[in-house]
Amino acid sequence: MHELGIAASILDSVQAETDRRPGSHISKVGVRIGELAGVDSDALQFGFECLVKDTSFEPLELDIEAVPRMQRCPCGNEFRMTDYDPRCPACGEFMTQCVSGDQLEITYMEVEE
Amino acid sequence: MSRIEIEKKVLNENQVLAEHLRERFRAHAVCCINLISAPGSGKTLLLERTLERLAPGTRVAVLTGDLQTENDANRLARFGFPVKQIITGGTCHLDAKMIGKHLEGWDLDELDLLIVENVGNLVCPSSYDLGEDCKIVLLSTTEGEDKPLKYPSIFAKSALMLLTKIDLLPYVPFNAELARENARRVNPQIEIIDVSSTTGEGLERWMKWLRTEQSNKAGARLQAEA
Repeated sequence: MHELGIAASILDSVQAETDRRPGSHISKVGVRIGELAGVDSDALQFGFECLVKDTSFEPLELDIEAVPRMQRCPCGNEFRMTDYDPRCPACGEFMTQCVSGDQLEITYMEVEE
Repeated sequence: MSRIEIEKKVLNENQVLAEHLRERFRAHAVCCINLISAPGSGKTLLLERTLERLAPGTRVAVLTGDLQTENDANRLARFGFPVKQIITGGTCHLDAKMIGKHLEGWDLDELDLLIVENVGNLVCPSSYDLGEDCKIVLLSTTEGEDKPLKYPSIFAKSALMLLTKIDLLPYVPFNAELARENARRVNPQIEIIDVSSTTGEGLERWMKWLRTEQSNKAGARLQAEA
């Protein structure tokens, strides 16, 4: 779906970083994707490889870190949400709040000088 | 080889534009809502029912997105409010840049409410912030009641779920209570209103919700100015 556009946005950032460091080559870019981000990792990896192939970006690896969804309970407990169960494992409260899991971020790049 | 730490959003360009739009909406006291659903859940018909129920003199404008055709804009323009069609030409979602571009020519001081009808799609629109005050997701009784679990992202990010086509409940094998329960499992805070754009059931509740959302926005602005 929109993973190709997201792959292109990642490459824009790689290009910007390369422009800032003349003579260097970026060989790896790390991204963090939350399970609520609505991005399929396999489709992103596939789209990324298609865009990189036969360009000056090669060799360039995409490292995807999957981030789970975290909920916070009014009791203070933070827990990983599994099987769509928002109930707090500590106190059973249902009205817990999502505090993490929609990340779609670039975290690092590896540069060959 | 060296490693450089970078902490930035992948869709940074969209995010910057969206924040810029949000700031503009705030400065002009425009309440912006983003309607999202699968194709055929009844976004356009709900909008027609909404526009015809708005009090005369309500300052509202509509941006409606589709891959092709001006059909929706033509349907909505007959209510006399400003409407623009955004034709994405194949792109499966609206982004902040498209919104900014199509706002050109409209004076935000002349508006209180901006309704964005996103492209029919439950996946991609959830990743693109349009600077809106809230996302509203529609789920119709002719779909599966497990859709909130299959497409959790948009249900998790929406303030309100409109359960549409409830007049069809006697004729379809749709378990409305299970659908509501699934939406609340994905997002315990989500509000839910049952509506039928055909019979009009629930539309008054929806209109009231919209008025409250608008006055919350106006109230927040007055507070910021005080």
